[in-house]
Amino acid sequence: MTTAATVSEAAGDSGNSGPYALSHLDALESEAVHIFREVAGEFERPVVLFSGGKDSIVMLHLALKAFAPAPVPFSLLHVDTGHNFPEVLEYRDRTVAAHGLRLHVASVQDYIDRGVLKERPDGTRNPLQTVPLTEKIQSERFDAVFGGGRRDEEKARAKERVFSLRDEFSQWDPRRQRPELWQLYNGRHAPGEHVRVFPLSNWTELDVWQYIARERIELPEIYFAHEREVFQRAGMWLTAGEWGGPKESETTEKRQVRYRTVGDMSCTGAVDSDATTLDAVIAEIAASRLTERGATRADDKMSEAAMEDRKREGYF
Amino acid sequence: MTSATEPTEPLSVEQLSATTLLRFATAGSVDDGKSTLVGRLLHDSKSVLTDQLEAVERVSADRGQDTPDLALLTDGLRAEREQGITIDVAYRYFATARRRFILADTPGHVQYTRNMVTGASTADLAVVLVDARNGVIEQTRRHAAVAALLRVPHVVLAVNKMDLVGYRESVFAVIAEEFTAYASELGVPEITAIPISALAGDNVVEPSANMDWYGGPTVLEHLETVPVSHDLAHCHARLPVQYVIRPQTAEHPDYRGYAGQIAAGTFRVGESVTVLPSGRTSQVAGIDLLGTPVDIAWTPQSVTLLLTDDIDVSRGDLLVPSKDAPPTTQDVEATVCHVADQPLTVGHRVLLKHGTRTVKAIVKDIPSRLTLDDLSLHPHPGRLAANDIGRVKIRTAEPLPLDSYADSRRTGAFILIDPSDGTTLTAGMVGESFAAPQPVKDEGDEDGWDF
Repeated sequence: MTTAATVSEAAGDSGNSGPYALSHLDALESEAVHIFREVAGEFERPVVLFSGGKDSIVMLHLALKAFAPAPVPFSLLHVDTGHNFPEVLEYRDRTVAAHGLRLHVASVQDYIDRGVLKERPDGTRNPLQTVPLTEKIQSERFDAVFGGGRRDEEKARAKERVFSLRDEFSQWDPRRQRPELWQLYNGRHAPGEHVRVFPLSNWTELDVWQYIARERIELPEIYFAHEREVFQRAGMWLTAGEWGGPKESETTEKRQVRYRTVGDMSCTGAVDSDATTLDAVIAEIAASRLTERGATRADDKMSEAAMEDRKREGYF
Repeated sequence: MTSATEPTEPLSVEQLSATTLLRFATAGSVDDGKSTLVGRLLHDSKSVLTDQLEAVERVSADRGQDTPDLALLTDGLRAEREQGITIDVAYRYFATARRRFILADTPGHVQYTRNMVTGASTADLAVVLVDARNGVIEQTRRHAAVAALLRVPHVVLAVNKMDLVGYRESVFAVIAEEFTAYASELGVPEITAIPISALAGDNVVEPSANMDWYGGPTVLEHLETVPVSHDLAHCHARLPVQYVIRPQTAEHPDYRGYAGQIAAGTFRVGESVTVLPSGRTSQVAGIDLLGTPVDIAWTPQSVTLLLTDDIDVSRGDLLVPSKDAPPTTQDVEATVCHVADQPLTVGHRVLLKHGTRTVKAIVKDIPSRLTLDDLSLHPHPGRLAANDIGRVKIRTAEPLPLDSYADSRRTGAFILIDPSDGTTLTAGMVGESFAAPQPVKDEGDEDGWDF
């Protein structure tokens, strides 16, 4: 896909939607921009969670468009697990510099070094992100925190509001959520509380990829097929590295893989792939019979309600 | 259940990009088969992926169930799975070659009204399920009334469990006729009745071999082809100003743009516009569509409007064509659905959010409460409890440019917020409740409907 699907091109599609129809990507983009601008209009200190993963990259792209030609009126926050893919960190720093943004980093490694957090026996650091994240939100007094979470990712996330109130402990209570009516988002909160905001709530994995292709957004190269030293653990291909894999019983091999999600190296699996271009990635996702998280996230397999439980504690 | 694991025909990138988006909501009583219909739509449109299905199969087997319980696909919370009920609205996503769908899956449990109102507020279409054996019941009328109140443009009556009535046309015809008469009376503009069996798959995705007498579309065909846009040329154009964009950079020293999502109608460069509530006027000097200059823009595009004059415009203002400005008022009369657990009472001091403006307000009167089952009115109830629908009169601290909800689902809608803790209290719709002037007689009032 080389040309952007413009509004006027999309207007004539389907034969049944009239001259003023928007393509679904235009409709999703417009809605997400509306959400960014609502937060800019109503909050004092918003911040965008930015991991260098595709969802947060799309969020930043939308924020840039929402406020152009002015700069994005938010800073970025990265929760650094200490087990990041080097390509992703490089992408993060390059992007921050290119747009003149300010980056806050909450470091899991710092908490481990200080003895506040303990390394888990399975070596997974994903669940350890919650404490550094929530403490950074409190210490920086962020009152709105943008996350790239999508409702299609996981069934607890399907219940998430676009504006999701968190108490002073950053907790999510799924039974006490505000109904969301029309596009009238309610961002009222008491001092110490904050609101998590999810502009990509209504996007699916495929929408994100189509949008990346349409807008020609650059991504870290690990999203495209490449040769990599990997080993198998719990049915997933993990990257060998200083984070602690492989164990003695596990053997590495060279495979042609790519990543569908970017997260902590210890729990984010690669998938076998020969998709080296955006078109090939989109074709692959459209034909895949596995969800993104099912294919590549070990931490969500820990229990039936793993995501809900982590979200209750303040996870994004 | 095995078909979900078979590879689907991949859609081309062009096909994937040319689709439009349809937002729809489902409504049905607990045993009408709503979860089965939702499960069937997701499953037969190949939107349930292998790992999700495996998780459902695993949990169902652990519980000793013979067949996978498709409701587990949609019940996402621990408490929902424990109790086997749906607590809250959830949003589902699926796609076909023709369209992308956002489904507001609203529970049929006792707390139905606020949940259905929430789901219907953004829906282009509502699917109301009935059990063919029971026909139109109170709950069905309630669902039709909510769809009519919220002015959902398209309503589908899905007459389910046709397999249990021998797929008889006469059964379907009676139900379809009764429902259509009722919903039309309330002013629902378009009603499509479809006989289905969600369990057996008749007329959900595939046409039924058991009902030769039915010549209409399947549920999915109808969802794929129903129009999602309207003739905007005749809509009142409205742009609630969200944010003023002022880069103040060397490159853009004088740029001053008014950013917002067009709530209704179209805006054109050169058009005379009025800023409400101040009443100042100017002209549209330019329209930025997220970085691209355009001559015309329409709802629901997010845009930035540039004006020829440097007048005072800020967040909360409404930009409208000068020839088509709504009246501003501090006295709001509306139909509301109360969505919070604490009641709404006469004298309640609240915040009212309309578009991008939030103002102080006071509930002056609650003239009536509406019983959805039979549309009877209870005069002067004094308070509205959770799930109640009623008429209210509200006085606002500042004038608001209000449209009738009948004219604009966005600029005719508002929410009430509790100023003490920020709770969303009430969903409001300005103006007449139903499209039809006198849908029913008020039980206690010879003069009839006094909304």
